[in-house]
Amino acid sequence: MAGKPRGLRLFRNLNAKVAAVPMVLTTLVVFVGGTLWTVLYSFTNSKLLPRWQFVGLDQYKRLWSNDLWNAAIWNLAFYGVMSLIFTITMGFVLAVLLDQKIRFEDTFRTIMLYPFALSFIVTGLVWQWILNPEMGIQEVVRRMGFEGFTFDPLHNPNTVLYGLLIAGLWQGTGFTMCLMLAGLRGIDEDIWKAARVDGIPKWKTYLFVVIPMMRPVFITTLVIVAAGIIKLYDLVVAQTSGGPGNASQVPAMYVYRYMFTAQNLGQGFAASTMMLLSVLIVLIPWAYLEFGGKKHG
Amino acid sequence: MKTWKLAAGLLLSVALPSAACATDLEVTHWWTSGGEAAAVAELAKAFDASGDHWVDGAIAGGGDTARPVMIARITGGDPMGATQFNHGQQALELVQAGLMLDLTDVAEAQKWREVVNPISLLDGCTIDGKVYCAPMNIHSPEWLWINNKIYEDLGIPVPQNWTEFVASAPQVEAAGKIPLALGRQAWQSNLAFNAIAVGIGGLDLWKKVNVDKDMDAAAGPEMLKVFQASADARKLASKSTVQDWNQATNMVITGEAAGQIMGDWAQGEFAVAGKVAGKDYTCLPGLGLNAYLSTGGDAFYFPKLTDPDQEAAQKRLAALLVSPEVQVAFNLKKGSLPIRGDIDMSAANDCMKKGLEILKSGNVVPAGDQVWSPDVQTQLGDMQSEFWSGDMTPEDAQARYVEILKSGL
Repeated sequence: MAGKPRGLRLFRNLNAKVAAVPMVLTTLVVFVGGTLWTVLYSFTNSKLLPRWQFVGLDQYKRLWSNDLWNAAIWNLAFYGVMSLIFTITMGFVLAVLLDQKIRFEDTFRTIMLYPFALSFIVTGLVWQWILNPEMGIQEVVRRMGFEGFTFDPLHNPNTVLYGLLIAGLWQGTGFTMCLMLAGLRGIDEDIWKAARVDGIPKWKTYLFVVIPMMRPVFITTLVIVAAGIIKLYDLVVAQTSGGPGNASQVPAMYVYRYMFTAQNLGQGFAASTMMLLSVLIVLIPWAYLEFGGKKHG
Repeated sequence: MKTWKLAAGLLLSVALPSAACATDLEVTHWWTSGGEAAAVAELAKAFDASGDHWVDGAIAGGGDTARPVMIARITGGDPMGATQFNHGQQALELVQAGLMLDLTDVAEAQKWREVVNPISLLDGCTIDGKVYCAPMNIHSPEWLWINNKIYEDLGIPVPQNWTEFVASAPQVEAAGKIPLALGRQAWQSNLAFNAIAVGIGGLDLWKKVNVDKDMDAAAGPEMLKVFQASADARKLASKSTVQDWNQATNMVITGEAAGQIMGDWAQGEFAVAGKVAGKDYTCLPGLGLNAYLSTGGDAFYFPKLTDPDQEAAQKRLAALLVSPEVQVAFNLKKGSLPIRGDIDMSAANDCMKKGLEILKSGNVVPAGDQVWSPDVQTQLGDMQSEFWSGDMTPEDAQARYVEILKSGL
């Protein structure tokens, strides 16, 4: 009894399953296989070409005693926390504003979402030019008569991360806004009616009723934004190429530099394994919350 | 029908000369600035004239960007006909993995061992007694380039060495100019540091640290002086925000900045801009303090190909690159020094003649790329880049410098 339906289940929807085989194989071989291979070789002293010479945790020891890597981690942590706070709050506030049944909502939504259609490379270059003191904001303001005005975040090691943040927020907030807007639209109209009958002010309804109801939307947004932050690379390359000095280095740049420029694959693999670990730290609790909880509920 | 005829015609025009065994060879390199491109054009002209065809594969963005692309193509099974690398350890593993063509027969037929000067350049190509690359030119990074006009306008004599240059910097700054132009890329910071190390520290110290790998010398007080001098230099360069080296050279050419520490390839940019050595600009090898040059350089490596026709063409190209005519034409355009001592460089300008003389007198030291692995060079670049654009103290920088060198022992 138990065996027969299971056998049948395997052959149910056979076409769809056959069609999925190439994708499944790709995932297994390219993604999972490649990942395992990288993790394995991060324990070797491979230089330009991979070679199987086990050195234990040496690459990791070197990685964590390397100032550049530690600086990159701190830069990413700072950028990540700021970026999470601002994209989510700004995205939510914008979504709430759009949700007030305003006129031309479609137009505003399109304008806000447009930057998301641009790649990080384009975003980075555009903002590099806008923030360039000789042709960007500083020059425009100076031409308006404010001679002493200085605004040059990208060439100062203390402010360069804010320069990146501006570009990152400009690109990503629209997308968060749309996710949030979808979440807001999913809230039942009756909730609003009930709140109005009880005489609860609008801001209180948002804060104590709507936001808790939007928990799944917030968690999804959090995961998407966080995963995007960890792989931050192209924006930095286009906007500052890690400079000035190493003030805007990020882990992904370190991985590239050591794998290819320094011809030290082992070191690059160790760094990318650490990045994988941090992605897993974000993903596993999310997967547990999203899928694990529902079985019981 | 018409297009078919056209296609056939085109095919014939390609096929007919190949009766004289013309072969296409793709050559990858990172020579993309004005002066460099003019020099590469000379190579292409000579190779085309010899009956083969040069397919140019320039990769923009400098060696750090280009080398990963080249290596990926060679290891990924899509090798080019020939490719530029710096002499030394950059291509070592590719050779050891058997991916490069053995050029020993060409080298013996052309008597490279007799004509190449300094011979260390050929040694850099030789692994286990076999020659794997054709040396192309000599790089000497330890040059200070100065715009004369800035000093004439100020009414002070043009500095003749690094000490005078630093002393005159306040006046230059008062005139609203940037004293020292520096591109914000890791390798340029590293280059400036090494030039100061040879200039201020002198030859003995340089050899002790880099050739004998004496870590006590690297941690010693002499080396600290070099770091202090670099910290002075970094103040002079604080307002220079450009990225690429040729943008920084351009600041000197246009008179926006007074000087730049850059290799001899900067001279190609002055030549393209129509400037005359000695009149419009001054060049000081070894920063005018110690007339020593380190002799790294560019070399062409030839990845192994399956087609015997192409292999023959690769060997023809290798022989051609080292030939006297090509050496003269290429190096005059690029502003670098030729790898043979037996050719007539009377057409060279003042700066190149200074370099040739130093070469002849044998005041040469091996370059960083020859004595340290790319791994160490990258770490040094990262460290120097942080040092030159931050506020790290010379003492801290020296401690990290020693740490990094130790990782490459």
